[in-house]
Amino acid sequence: MSATATKQPNWFSRLAHPGHFLNWTRFLVWPLAVATAISFAVGLWFAFLNSPEDYQMGDMVRVMYVHVPNAWLSQFVYGVMFAAALGSLVWRHPLADVANKAAAPLGAAFTALALYTGALWGRPTWGTFWEWDGRMTSTLVLLLIYLGIIALWRAFDDQIKAGRIVAIVTLIGGINIPIIKFSVDWWNTLHQPASVFTADGPRMPASLLTPLLVMMLAFTLLGVLLGLIRMRTEILRRRADSMSRQAAIGAAR
Amino acid sequence: MTAFSALLGRELKLAFRAGGEAMVLVLFFVMVGVIVPFAIGPDRPMLTRLSPGIVWIAAFLSTLLGLDRLFRADDEDGSLTLLRHSVLPLEAIVLGKLIAHWLVTAVPLLLATPILALLLNMSMDQLARTALALLIGTPALTAFGALGAAVTVGLRRGGLVAPVLILPLAIPVMIFGVGMLDPVAGGGATLFLLALSLVVTAFSPFLAALALRAAGE
Repeated sequence: MSATATKQPNWFSRLAHPGHFLNWTRFLVWPLAVATAISFAVGLWFAFLNSPEDYQMGDMVRVMYVHVPNAWLSQFVYGVMFAAALGSLVWRHPLADVANKAAAPLGAAFTALALYTGALWGRPTWGTFWEWDGRMTSTLVLLLIYLGIIALWRAFDDQIKAGRIVAIVTLIGGINIPIIKFSVDWWNTLHQPASVFTADGPRMPASLLTPLLVMMLAFTLLGVLLGLIRMRTEILRRRADSMSRQAAIGAAR
Repeated sequence: MTAFSALLGRELKLAFRAGGEAMVLVLFFVMVGVIVPFAIGPDRPMLTRLSPGIVWIAAFLSTLLGLDRLFRADDEDGSLTLLRHSVLPLEAIVLGKLIAHWLVTAVPLLLATPILALLLNMSMDQLARTALALLIGTPALTAFGALGAAVTVGLRRGGLVAPVLILPLAIPVMIFGVGMLDPVAGGGATLFLLALSLVVTAFSPFLAALALRAAGE
């Protein structure tokens, strides 16, 4: 260890060091917040005022502009957590633990929003809030996995130990999600023909695609921003914890 | 190999001589089947139709809920630390505990399935297929449960966390297990369930050992 400790760490380790991370992200929060606000403003303007009604769904098509970004983020966040889990297990990096802990509630929230907006969209267009369709079912299972991971984080007193354990669970879940997806699709075709979901219909015209892409960018920026703030908070909380512990040791002496 | 058989012998002796937790698990399994008719009514044709699903729910709950203590008892009395420093790698120890646990919990469960079949008005064909599905699927359930048990081993107040974590992950086992009764797609489901069971049983000792090491640090 002593031989490597004297070596200058590479740029990534320097960026990922929790103390440095606090320093360089401090100047990132506000620009990101402004970018998020601007892209939301543009996206919402497009979505409400400057996009046509669908010839079948009418105004209901506008639900898509919140539903699809949330559905995308529900999977993207798990991808981030999976990468963070590899970071925790392979490099035992504290920042990877923090990233996993920060991302889990965000993923759960985005997944819940995707299900909620999907139900709101489904009621007028298919006539039901919920259908045991393959995609919806696997999204629901994904939400349950997120909630399980959050429950596991909360069950541990020692957050350092929790980081490695949760990373293992995140890996297991990540390997298992494709299996769940496949089995649910298999089960769904077994039980019912795919009548509820007609094919995607006409390819999406640009007038609908532009607001959708802007809204996806806006939600992704929001996710990154909230994740960054949560990570900063978590690092500071851990720092405060260790400071109070050291103060207690000092008081005992 | 002698160490492995000694471990198996220890686990089996513990299961048979102390506690009798396996019998309680079978009792729980039968009881789930007993209370369902009270909830949905004693209509025999309906029970016949629902019986494979009910048996699977009972097996699911009794296997996954019962696995919580797989490593915790050994962790509490310190024998897990001894086992970690034995000649066997921790992965082999987890596999041994898995096999022993499957023998003392899943096999009695299989033997108790005819009782449920009788109570739920199952047909002979349904019983045979469900028993086969349980035989193939319970190793996967035990392996998933072992993952949950390993991950929560150090938790003092985490009794329900393991089932909550593992139940969604184990959903494919139930899908293919019940799917084996489908006259058209049953063959495919059998193969999928076999594949799933083999993969999960092969991987879980490694992941569970990883979690046990992380918890013991």
